[in-house]
Amino acid sequence: MGLDIEANKKLVEDILEAYPDKAKKDRKKHFQINTEETKESCSCSLKSNIKSRPGVMTPRGCSYAGSKGVVWGPIKDMVHISHGPVGCGQYSWGTRRNYANGTLGIDNFTAMQITSDFQETDIVFGGDKKLEIICREIKEMFPLAKGISVQSECPVGLIGDDIEAVSKKMAKELEMPVVPVRCEGFRGVSQSLGHHIANDAIRDFVMGKADLAETGPYDVNIIGDYNIGGDAWASRILLEEMGLRVIAQWSGDGTLNELEIAHKAKMNLIHCHRSMNYMVDHMEKAYGIPWMEYNFFGPSKTYESLRAIAAKFDATIQENCEKVIAKYKPQMDAIIGKYRPRLEGKKVMLLIGGLRSRHTIGAYEDLGMEIVATGYEFAHKDDYERTFPDMKVGSIIMDDPTAYELEELAQKLNIDLMGSGVKEKYVYHKMGIPFRQMHSWDYSGPYHGFDGFKIFAKDMDMTVNNPIWSLIDKKEKVQPEGASV
Amino acid sequence: MSKEKLNIPDYNTLFTEERYVQQRENKKQFEAPCSDQEKAEALAYSKSAEYMEKNFDRKAVVINPHKACQPLGSVMAALGFEKTLPFVHGSQGCNSYFRSHLSRHFKEPTPAVSSSMTEDAAVFGGMSNMIDGLQNAVALYKPEMVAVCTTCMAEVIGDDLTAFIGNARQKGAIAEDFPVTYANTPSFIGSHVTGYDAMIKSILNQLFDRSGLTAAPGTGEEGEKLNVLLGFEPYTGNFAEIRKILNAFDTKYTILGDHSGNYDSPATGEYEYYYGGTKLADVPKAANALGSLVLQKYTLKKTQEYISGTWKQQVSSLSTPLGVKATDKLLAAISELTGLPVPASLTEERGRVVDAYADSHPYLHGKRVALAGDPDLLLGLIGFCLEVGMEPVHILCSNGDVEFDGKKWKLEVEELLASSPYGSEATVYVGKDLWHLRSLLLNDPVDLAIGSSHVKFAAKDAGVPLVRVGFPIFDRHHMHRNPIIGYQGALNLLTLIVNIVLDQLDNNESGFGDLVR
Repeated sequence: MGLDIEANKKLVEDILEAYPDKAKKDRKKHFQINTEETKESCSCSLKSNIKSRPGVMTPRGCSYAGSKGVVWGPIKDMVHISHGPVGCGQYSWGTRRNYANGTLGIDNFTAMQITSDFQETDIVFGGDKKLEIICREIKEMFPLAKGISVQSECPVGLIGDDIEAVSKKMAKELEMPVVPVRCEGFRGVSQSLGHHIANDAIRDFVMGKADLAETGPYDVNIIGDYNIGGDAWASRILLEEMGLRVIAQWSGDGTLNELEIAHKAKMNLIHCHRSMNYMVDHMEKAYGIPWMEYNFFGPSKTYESLRAIAAKFDATIQENCEKVIAKYKPQMDAIIGKYRPRLEGKKVMLLIGGLRSRHTIGAYEDLGMEIVATGYEFAHKDDYERTFPDMKVGSIIMDDPTAYELEELAQKLNIDLMGSGVKEKYVYHKMGIPFRQMHSWDYSGPYHGFDGFKIFAKDMDMTVNNPIWSLIDKKEKVQPEGASV
Repeated sequence: MSKEKLNIPDYNTLFTEERYVQQRENKKQFEAPCSDQEKAEALAYSKSAEYMEKNFDRKAVVINPHKACQPLGSVMAALGFEKTLPFVHGSQGCNSYFRSHLSRHFKEPTPAVSSSMTEDAAVFGGMSNMIDGLQNAVALYKPEMVAVCTTCMAEVIGDDLTAFIGNARQKGAIAEDFPVTYANTPSFIGSHVTGYDAMIKSILNQLFDRSGLTAAPGTGEEGEKLNVLLGFEPYTGNFAEIRKILNAFDTKYTILGDHSGNYDSPATGEYEYYYGGTKLADVPKAANALGSLVLQKYTLKKTQEYISGTWKQQVSSLSTPLGVKATDKLLAAISELTGLPVPASLTEERGRVVDAYADSHPYLHGKRVALAGDPDLLLGLIGFCLEVGMEPVHILCSNGDVEFDGKKWKLEVEELLASSPYGSEATVYVGKDLWHLRSLLLNDPVDLAIGSSHVKFAAKDAGVPLVRVGFPIFDRHHMHRNPIIGYQGALNLLTLIVNIVLDQLDNNESGFGDLVR
């Protein structure tokens, strides 16, 4: 039983028939079926990182979500102002479960919502004066805060506030970094531009500002891990066990100082390439720090990644690496031994923000599961080029799919598991399709590393095999003619 | 089930393992953390009276506010009508946030679309986004009505909804007779409750105007019906309860804005986008009803003005009817509007609830409580506390701002508090946030806090148990399914609160093995 290229092409075309012509023409460019050729050459004709169609249910968010929600928000010892009206801060409050050690409101400000709560007068007269007062009040309310970031919401850019000038003034007055971030939600087409803007602000305002007392040959940074449910901790433990010294963790459980000393590392290890590739590129150019991607989802990819990382260092690290793998392999084999028989052959569809739509493929495959369709909310061409080789021939790869497209595909492909976010989740519960949140691990996790895989495997089994699904009187699945997925 | 035991610790257990504790300690060398002493001092300071004074002195920064923004309320309002698709005009991130926020509370899907405006729309306006958006939305999701609200972006650039929707019709993006209602809901005015009001008012107003009907209260077939409006209602169970009450009266009624179907739909193997809701045809006809019953009078300020002004109807308004006395008032209001007597079944139910009150009162009497929530909910909660002998101490309302008639609301709260000796300890804080509440809880301790999930941080810092009531409740399941209004709701609230008190007693018990409660 293979994945039928022609049948899936037709399936996508049929689904797109529902659109008005203009939208149909556009949406067609956002789908591609993997072939032997694309798998080999990674050539991608699929359109990405362009505007969503108005009036469709896009899964995408905005620049502010990318900057505050992903990149800056998890920096725990700084206060991040949601600058503008109350909503954006309220809705992004604690959504991504970026775990951080510390005392909330004292030396850790991650799970808080600090906002300028713009009123009509602020729109009319501008919010710059208010922002000054806010910075002073933050210093008074949170004396241990190491810095402030100003996350602009839509109106700030539209009314022409000069948050750069205010930030500069307040940084001097308060003697700590005050970082303006121009991440207004209307900028760009998704969260993705917000990541870029946020990274530029790190580059311009904090990078290289502190020194590391002692450097060593094994100093590395973890880049692009947001510590969802403790992911970065479950990753860091392996790197350290292997003998590397992680000097900075960006940005989950990260601190201002770690941002400031990261340029002293010998190597950048990047997990979420989509959200932080800008940083590793810059650090390579500016400081000559080499970087490499790694993937700690599932044992196969983790072994592979650990070895690839070790290969960049000396024999000591390489020996340690094998020891680490030898230590955990029996545990991983036991997990696979238990769960694989329960999950073998189950069909999965994924729609996640950035890297996870491809990064988690290996973890599912370790459990014998098959990804029949995968897609991103806000990926760019390079993400797709990285995706084709990891997917089976005949599988569907999609960009910014709408709620309607996903629901149709889920039904027609007869999937056993859907992995996406909370906006999608309850739709699949109605349809009787097991669902896991792959943005925030459904209040579970970690999923990274060996400790994480145990939870991942348990969660997938729990979801796919729970008896409640048998209580839903599902209608007969209609298989499109010739489709064999 | 497999017999082999695999040790898979959850995140709470995993990160307390020695190797993770070590990792945490080791990481500190790169964090440049404050010293333990500094941290201890800052923590102690944050709990002090001096800090509280500074906290209450702040003028600009808002920390952990207990409110959301207008369009979120509009989306909820739109989902109260049959086959109505909420359409958020502005940048698309807002819509994603509304959808997740509401879905996290109800654990249900929230269908809504956006016009996905970006930089070019910021410069040239969002007209083409709206035209394309309406065309796509109608083709794809097949609604029978679209309800447009605005984000702050569209408001700041001054997009003209009337003109845009008109142009969309002209260009054939939507049919001439396809209903598109709209409300201006800038996020820098009011809060989620004002946005709810704006959209409900617009839907009533615009559907009525389109119909060509004339308002004549108490005439024709509709003249025997009562209009009922629940407001920004986070409890789907409250819709069922009000129906139960109205059915007991044997009166006919129309609920205007009923999102309980959309937020409590069955898992059938198929997802349908639209469940339940007020029938569109019933909206203009509601102008001929005998009167309107409003259960969140501060939330529905503009809607009430419209109903009593344009529809010239008698409007009976209450705040969320929590507890026995408030339910008595609700029944009296229905009785007065309809001329029907209070049914015996409800009087009997009242007796059973009072009996339950009697059974539980020893554990509630004199309990000092902090309350945080939306204005109408707070009035209900205060009434409930007073009638069971609990003492409200801190009452905090982030969204009781001027737009919301804060003064009038505060006066009513104070009047209610003054009506009972149990209200004498209370202070009302309008426009304050949950960081203020933290100071209050630490400096003037209480036994219980009642409020949304967001209150949990302040409550935890102060070591006070939190009874989750209101919106949003993210971290507990199915709370919204059980009604809190009516006599049944009073019993549910009582059960919820007394059992948290009893849990506390058991957790703190000193080993005598008490089995008598």
